[in-house]
Amino acid sequence: MKMKMKPESSPVPTSSQASEPLDLVPVRHWERWVAAFVVVLAVALAIGQLATNPRFQFGVVGQYLFSSPIITGVGLTLELTFGAMVIGVVLGTLLAVARMSPNPILSGISAVYIWFFRGTPVLVQLIFWYNLAAIFPHITLGVPFGGPHFASMQANSLVTPLAAGLLGLGLNEAAYMAEIVRAGIVSVDHGQTEAAQSLGMSRAQTLRKVVLPQAMRVIIPPTGNETISMLKNTSLVSVLAIAELLYSAEIIYTRTYQTIPLLIVASIWYLAMTTVLSIGQYFIERKFGRGYRRESSGPRMPWTRRPAPALSGTAELAEVK
Amino acid sequence: MTSKVVVSARQVQKHFGANVVLRGIDLDVSDGEVLCLVGPSGSGKTSFLRCINHLEKIDAGELIVNGHHVGYRRHGNKLHELREKEIARARADIGMVFQSFNLFPHMTVMENITAGPVTVKNERLAEVKQRGHELLARVGLADRAGAYPAQLSGGQKQRIAIARALAMRPTLMLFDEPTSALDPEMVGEVLAVMKDLARDGMTMVVVTHEMGFAREVADQIVFMDGGVVVESGPPTAVLANPQHDRTKAFLAKVL
Repeated sequence: MKMKMKPESSPVPTSSQASEPLDLVPVRHWERWVAAFVVVLAVALAIGQLATNPRFQFGVVGQYLFSSPIITGVGLTLELTFGAMVIGVVLGTLLAVARMSPNPILSGISAVYIWFFRGTPVLVQLIFWYNLAAIFPHITLGVPFGGPHFASMQANSLVTPLAAGLLGLGLNEAAYMAEIVRAGIVSVDHGQTEAAQSLGMSRAQTLRKVVLPQAMRVIIPPTGNETISMLKNTSLVSVLAIAELLYSAEIIYTRTYQTIPLLIVASIWYLAMTTVLSIGQYFIERKFGRGYRRESSGPRMPWTRRPAPALSGTAELAEVK
Repeated sequence: MTSKVVVSARQVQKHFGANVVLRGIDLDVSDGEVLCLVGPSGSGKTSFLRCINHLEKIDAGELIVNGHHVGYRRHGNKLHELREKEIARARADIGMVFQSFNLFPHMTVMENITAGPVTVKNERLAEVKQRGHELLARVGLADRAGAYPAQLSGGQKQRIAIARALAMRPTLMLFDEPTSALDPEMVGEVLAVMKDLARDGMTMVVVTHEMGFAREVADQIVFMDGGVVVESGPPTAVLANPQHDRTKAFLAKVL
């Protein structure tokens, strides 16, 4: 384009040239049409398979989708997800604050915790908690070093499979959440802390009123990610024979051999739950985005992202050359 | 003038590692006085200002603010380091305005103003809001109570920052280059608010490069260079008739 323009354009445009409007020829993105056609074709073939292949057994899917063991499993999956996330967020925040404390013992212990729980597979941790009774048959509340005992319990009755599942998932999650919270706290400008301190706020007040609310903007998106990840990781507790969603489906298909339709049932529920969580995340993000949004830009749903501008940009650049 | 001394510094020293920023500062600020700290960058003006409300800890010397050692309590001949809560309590009486405003971006203007009194002094929100509206009117932003900092211009942000500090009813106000981050046309509106405060009898320590403001408002000008006070006195002496070569050289560049 540029090369062609040069000989035509005279250094000083005369009045006659200015009066004659020039036609603009926009770039034709034919390659976009080709790409779109290929992708649409592939999607159509996949949908065709899904609709016509009788071995998906959608009748069976419909039969089990709202059956009571599946619904109970969904409930248990939600319980595990929220329970483990609550443990993870609370303990993770404490760990993050400890990690940044001036006390070297606190920050050291926090670092070791994170190192250990991030460094071992969550599946191993789950089975470990499940078998806690093998190491500590009795759990006793009392004064240590030979002092009096107040209460003693069988470890197996205290750490039920569900408790083991919650502990395993929650304590593991705390290690990841600690790093997410720490990243959020570090992202808040130090001037904010100084401004709060100069108003006379204590360290705890500064953290609660000024730093954490701003850190939330950075903390929420990865926490939403973690929650969705947790929702699916709860399927790991099926090894502890807890009848959450996946294990409930497994129980049915080991009896009926309808493996694929029941996996579809579970997947439909997982998808439905992650969709709801994503919507929830959008509204939480909007709440903590107060004061940051530009007034002109309206709210935008996170699941309808704009196409990446870099792609079209490079395409246009290529055209100019 | 026999008014009481609000800030008294004797041989205050401060270093960051091997870098010595204050090499023994002596100065006094009386009640109701406006003191302007001027000097080239790196002279230690801002560091000294931050020592006054213990954002920086002094390494040697004596710094007494409102009758108390900053960061310490005196018992006989010993200085006991204060706990964090006690330091916070002392800071509540000292207002600070930063070069970069440091408004809380997640709070509205009114929430910025009420946060200190409500959180730190346990004052009733309704009463603080009342005072907040008066302060907003005073800095000329009565209609911006519900705005967020991101919706304000630099000059407006700094005026809100001043109102936020005043809401704590401070006995001393510290200004750390309050107009240095502003576009030139906004400097005037912030200086006007500060002049108004000075007329009202507020004790102020101002680090500034605005020589016009210093000449007009300051009772005392302290020229610092290389971590020491080179020259101090009323504007008529320091600005109009500087004695020291370093002062003359600095003023020749900025005036």
